[in-house]
Amino acid sequence: MDKNTQVLIVDDYKTMLRIIRNLLKQLGIENVDEATDGQDALAKLRNGNFGLVISDWNMAPMTGLDLLKEVRADPRLKNMPFIMITAESKTENVAAAKQAGVSNYIVKPFNAETLREKIEKVMVHA
Amino acid sequence: MPEASLAHPEDARIEAAVRVVLGSMAGDLTAAEAALLAELEELGRTVASTKQEIARLKVDDITDSHIPRATDELDAIVEHTAHATNEILDCCEVLENIIPRIGEEQAQALQGVTTRIYEACSFQDITGQRIGKVVAALKAIEARVASITGRYMGSREPPAPEAPPTEGRRLAEGPQLPGAGISQADIDRLLSDF
Repeated sequence: MDKNTQVLIVDDYKTMLRIIRNLLKQLGIENVDEATDGQDALAKLRNGNFGLVISDWNMAPMTGLDLLKEVRADPRLKNMPFIMITAESKTENVAAAKQAGVSNYIVKPFNAETLREKIEKVMVHA
Repeated sequence: MPEASLAHPEDARIEAAVRVVLGSMAGDLTAAEAALLAELEELGRTVASTKQEIARLKVDDITDSHIPRATDELDAIVEHTAHATNEILDCCEVLENIIPRIGEEQAQALQGVTTRIYEACSFQDITGQRIGKVVAALKAIEARVASITGRYMGSREPPAPEAPPTEGRRLAEGPQLPGAGISQADIDRLLSDF
């Protein structure tokens, strides 16, 4: 992927934002912005020029799944690569995310190699 | 049934009316019906006694002290682990700043170690979510206790209606117990199957 692609990471845990930011930095991706829930993320996406979203699921007031649906319903954002990184590990969660158009799905706790692999995979198809 | 046990005047009125009706029937009852009436009266006394016991519960201790104290303690755990995790991340970032200034072999080793520390630090997110589930369970118990006891202590205000949850909220359960969720490999297979 283009290392200059701007990435938005979305999580309500500040430490998780920091961990993902540092892991992305190790992958050479430093153009990163952060949001702490779906609403915050949606405002940034609509006003920005992002090339990838990496989002948690369980956030308030807007969850990651609801953010994904908003993104796919927005004509300007609908093709945005969207990776869900979440502790939600039930089959119905994965099915709902896929139905909503998720690009890939990583279950927490995850490792750096899985993150790298999924980012490369979705950005190839972007 | 002792009227003093009833917290609400309408309960007393209903009971009085039932007693009048049953009393007027007493002379016409068969032995079986009289036995049934006696059973009903005994049942009524048991219900009244239970109501009194519930009303005497020190609910205020539960809702004003025990549960808030427990949730505060759990919040403190999350805060302390977040603080400790940030300290660890601070140290990792210092180590990463050293990497460009050392030999390639040592740099690779150090990079590998910091990556593993970042991965391990995600425990704070998982434990925070698990503790959040416990706090939610405690608050649900608090609300249920208040609802049951309020019924017998004079408060009958129904809970405020809540907006229906979105699909994202409805499906958000947080981390599963070990062995209950599916693995990354299972998820990858599911995504490729759809």
